[in-house]
Amino acid sequence: MQRIILAKKNKITLISALLIALGFFAHFGLGNLFIFNWSLITASIIGGTPIAIQAYQALKVKVVSIDVLVTIAVVGALLIQNYEESAIVTFLFLFGAYLERRTLNKTRSAIKELTELAPERAQKQLENGEFEEVDVDDVEEGDILLVKTGAKVPVDGIVMTGEGHINEASITGESVPVSKANGSEVFAGTILENGTIKIQANRVGEDTTFGRIIELVEEAQDSKSAAERFIDRFSKYYTPAVLVLGIIVWLFTTNVELAITVLVLGCPGALVIGVPVSNVSGIGNGARNGVLLKGSEVINDFSKVDTIFFDKTGTLTVGNPEVAEMEFYGTDKKEVLGYLASVERESDHPLAKAVIEYIGITNFFTVGETEVIKGGGVTAQINGRRIAVGNVALMEKENVVLNEKSREDIESFEHNGNSLVLTAVDGELKVLMGIRDRVRPGVKQDLQKLKKLGVKNLVVLSGDNQGTVDVVARELELTKAHGHMLPEDKSAYIEKVQAEGQTVAFVGDGVNDSPSLALADIGIAMGSGTDVAIETSDVVLMNADFSRLPHALGLTKSTARNMKQNIIIAVGVVLILLASLLFSEWMNMSIGMLVHEASILVVILNGMRLLRYRLKGSKHDTIASRGNDKESKAT
Amino acid sequence: MQKATIQLETLSCPSCLQKIENAVKGLDGVEKDSVTVLFNSSKVRANFDSESITIKDIENAIGDLGYPVIKSKVTSA
Repeated sequence: MQRIILAKKNKITLISALLIALGFFAHFGLGNLFIFNWSLITASIIGGTPIAIQAYQALKVKVVSIDVLVTIAVVGALLIQNYEESAIVTFLFLFGAYLERRTLNKTRSAIKELTELAPERAQKQLENGEFEEVDVDDVEEGDILLVKTGAKVPVDGIVMTGEGHINEASITGESVPVSKANGSEVFAGTILENGTIKIQANRVGEDTTFGRIIELVEEAQDSKSAAERFIDRFSKYYTPAVLVLGIIVWLFTTNVELAITVLVLGCPGALVIGVPVSNVSGIGNGARNGVLLKGSEVINDFSKVDTIFFDKTGTLTVGNPEVAEMEFYGTDKKEVLGYLASVERESDHPLAKAVIEYIGITNFFTVGETEVIKGGGVTAQINGRRIAVGNVALMEKENVVLNEKSREDIESFEHNGNSLVLTAVDGELKVLMGIRDRVRPGVKQDLQKLKKLGVKNLVVLSGDNQGTVDVVARELELTKAHGHMLPEDKSAYIEKVQAEGQTVAFVGDGVNDSPSLALADIGIAMGSGTDVAIETSDVVLMNADFSRLPHALGLTKSTARNMKQNIIIAVGVVLILLASLLFSEWMNMSIGMLVHEASILVVILNGMRLLRYRLKGSKHDTIASRGNDKESKAT
Repeated sequence: MQKATIQLETLSCPSCLQKIENAVKGLDGVEKDSVTVLFNSSKVRANFDSESITIKDIENAIGDLGYPVIKSKVTSA
């Protein structure tokens, strides 16, 4: 019974509206008070029933909800025979709740679009080798699936046969199709634009990258900031307090009308909905624009950021360094380069890749006793000779003597913005390589936008030598540049700045910088959409797209502001209503309820503005400035 | 232990959350600390012991409060 009544709430609202209209027509059109009274009484009872049921359910689980206040007020109004008020208040309350649901759905639309991208069906290979369409929930790890042109990839997996182009916009936000062939990784929710592929599932359902992104966004929307938790606690006591206030008013004045009016005016309506609405719209906007914001605490913190630290390689620069300069000391060049390539072949350091690419085809040797020296390089044994590959600090540790000539070379290489890779064989310096990485196109403009948005300091922290870092800092007009930093130096430095009372963000790729990402007030990961960084950071820039950073900051600032506006509207409305009850003649329950419902809609509409938020002149600016950037590079 | 994810029709009042949460927590066989009600995605997540309670019982408890269940998914936790 309860269930049926509650399910028919929309119809009940409509019926009560018609009854009220009928009543007023009878009263003012026909002068018939009998019909007027009875149609309003009926409207109050029909409309009041679902509210009363909700109130009862709330009390059963020990919650004094708004429904409780409204139910008491309506019953009170009926008892003092003010049928007009009771009918209008119930109608407005129900109608307001209806509009609230409708508009709330809009604020959630961005996330809904995202979840609707989830794949539902898959073509699974059966034991006889044929393919059959099944529900995506029935796919297990290891299953072989067929994906045809135009279909969604149902799970994360590896291409076994076939090739094609896949639009990965749902994961990376980047809609340029990516070519996939044997052995390529494919992701659930992406779309095969051409070709046919067979894939083997290696992650299904909620474990897929797409599933994780959705879960993360959903939880972010419901996460609460300190301010919000305060409001929650506040409204837990506030609503009962209004009830008590109503009783006190009744006891002292014995005026039932006044007492029940207090109950209606005191409803916390817009207060409980205002902040969540801003939150959900802001996070929704981010999800649509390739920025994952993990909750409202993150929004608050990021909007107040003073200093942003950047990792250099892969963040400010392209992350694909090349050997730009080389000096060789001594004779046996071919052999030494062979040693170097053999050692570097075992390393996954980005500089190692550049070295191998530069050396190309050579004789490889068997490498033994390899030891990685953190923040230094690698040492190893080849044919009984000790090979050390790394930076100057490593050479000093290895007691390698650097003569006048090599010192000068090192200085000039560093000045040109190179990272250094030195190679020593048996304690003697043989090769000096200068490796350089290009600055990402458009980063300079993005950084300027951050400054415009009020970030005081933009600082680069890097493990590279000071010269390299300085060159990048000069080119990008950064506030400060710190080189020679090990991961623990970076986090120590961040701690120091935090101790000075600054709010600090750290932007990095999330692998070697995880301590800094965790330590900073806001850890921002340049995610390729597939790595663990998604889980360890507070903000993820999808597809490792740096240009989304200004949008992210602007968005959090607007969202934080929007929350404040909504709190002010909500609190202001209650204060004005209660004050006008004291100081004016015209205030009554119906007007109070109308104003409340209106204020709820106002905060929801205000929150919805965030869905359309875009950094001022953003799209236009970026494309234009990027064009220029490319030209200046070419010349 | 089974893990249930129950999709509800749009939730619009924050106080609904408390009602649903308290109601689901009150069921025998549901792990109390595991119950979360997500307001914006209108979902309930809970772990339950399939020997003492079925997913239907949980759905009914929520439905009786006036919040229709759209679909639910059970996975082993």
